[in-house]
Amino acid sequence: MPAPETILSVRDLAVRFGRSGVRAVDGVSFDLGAERLGIVGESGSGKSTLGRAIMRLLPPAANVEASQLDFDGAPLLTRPEREMRSLRGNRMALIMQDPRYSLNPVLTVGKQVSEAALLHQRISKKDATAKAAEMLARVRISDVERVMGLYPHQISGGMGQRVMIAMMLLARPRLVVADEPTSALDVSVRGDVLKLLDELVRENNSGLMLISHDIRMVAAFCQRILVMYKGRVVETLTRLEDAQHPYTRGLVAAMPDPRRPVRRLQTLDRSAIDSLEARS
Amino acid sequence: MIAVENLSVSFGSDAKRRQVVKNVNFSIARGETLGIVGESGCGKSTVLRSLAGLDRHWTGDIRLDGKPVDRERSLEHLKLAQMVFQDPYGSIHPRHRIERVLAEPVRAMKIGDGWDRVAAALEQVGLPASFAERFPHELSGGQRQRVAIARALMLEPQILLLDEPTSALDVSVQAEVLNLLSDLREERGLTYLLVSHDLSVIAHMCDRVLVMKEGEFVDELSSEDLASGTTHHPYSTTLFEASYI
Repeated sequence: MPAPETILSVRDLAVRFGRSGVRAVDGVSFDLGAERLGIVGESGSGKSTLGRAIMRLLPPAANVEASQLDFDGAPLLTRPEREMRSLRGNRMALIMQDPRYSLNPVLTVGKQVSEAALLHQRISKKDATAKAAEMLARVRISDVERVMGLYPHQISGGMGQRVMIAMMLLARPRLVVADEPTSALDVSVRGDVLKLLDELVRENNSGLMLISHDIRMVAAFCQRILVMYKGRVVETLTRLEDAQHPYTRGLVAAMPDPRRPVRRLQTLDRSAIDSLEARS
Repeated sequence: MIAVENLSVSFGSDAKRRQVVKNVNFSIARGETLGIVGESGCGKSTVLRSLAGLDRHWTGDIRLDGKPVDRERSLEHLKLAQMVFQDPYGSIHPRHRIERVLAEPVRAMKIGDGWDRVAAALEQVGLPASFAERFPHELSGGQRQRVAIARALMLEPQILLLDEPTSALDVSVQAEVLNLLSDLREERGLTYLLVSHDLSVIAHMCDRVLVMKEGEFVDELSSEDLASGTTHHPYSTTLFEASYI
């Protein structure tokens, strides 16, 4: 389903690290509208590097090249760092994997969220606190007053991730990059966090890039899926059942399914995939 | 093979004392694989650590291979059950070569220096013997987990206690490690106790599954139950539904 309005447009994006010339991301192209786009692949497939390249958050050793990388109709790669800084958190947001590491451990939850409000919107401290409380209630945190006075180590992982989402979506960003937002959470909380993320993204009419290794979850949640292998997009899917590429099929078959018990699980035939990739 | 009666574990003292495992009972037959599934903090890993002899805060009765074991384990009892941990990056000494990692249990049990067993141990988990010379950082996550399994098998235990053995791995690598565990179980007639939060992994590996919540078992599922999606407790139903989003 092509989105009516393109938020992010990527053509031939390549990322190289250092002088080795190994491409972590190799010739990736896609358009993102107000939709949910999933990026899946194994560790080292370049999915996180892709997300960070778009946010321009890669270290200086990374060499990012693209024939086009437009966000909201304007190129991203040529912007000075100062402009990027005002863009990040405001117009584009990154939600990371583990709230235990991405929240500041020495600031209370209330302080962190209101700081985000203070930074991106020109409002008074008092309004920022009110805004933070409102946003925390939006992400369904009960007893907001109490939680705002707590430190990150005093709240659970699921709650921490909701605080992260509140902080990131406070400024109503156009683009949300969620990098494994649910991998550190228990299965029963995963669904809630995803639903919440979806609800807020829809409300703001923004685009969501969901990066994950969990192909089944991504398929259930996203409208479109890019499958990455060794830095390249090997397949773009709308339904998992349509998978043609042996890599995608291999990933799906490698997952145990309680409804279809097997004695041995299928494993990836990497040499076959590599030879197929070499030909294309 | 394993019989546990009235196992309770409490941490802390006085007002802060919390019982994390509440009077649980279970037994595992020889060659059987039992799974325990539950969320973080439900006490599933604590049960495993008590069985392995890593935790000494338990009360109740634990029998391994028919022998009652104490909180303080003798060398003889420690050899009965070995553990494989979740994180292969954290459970292997980063500055020891693989050969030293694998020889360590043999030396700790004072039954030799262990060097002569290293090559065979690596080959049985599908790694080349030349890996003995390597350091852990020269191995991938899946290879490291294979080393951890090889280390657990060095003392030829009858029981393997597996604490989330594949949660740190990609699905493709997870499939390889789970297949290795199935093969080893068949070859050596091992008994497994597998703890995980991932119901699909548990269902693939286990003959029987206990669902744990807040320190207690609330449900028991057979492999037929898992295949048909039958549950007997609302909490297991929630877990079931959550694993297919």
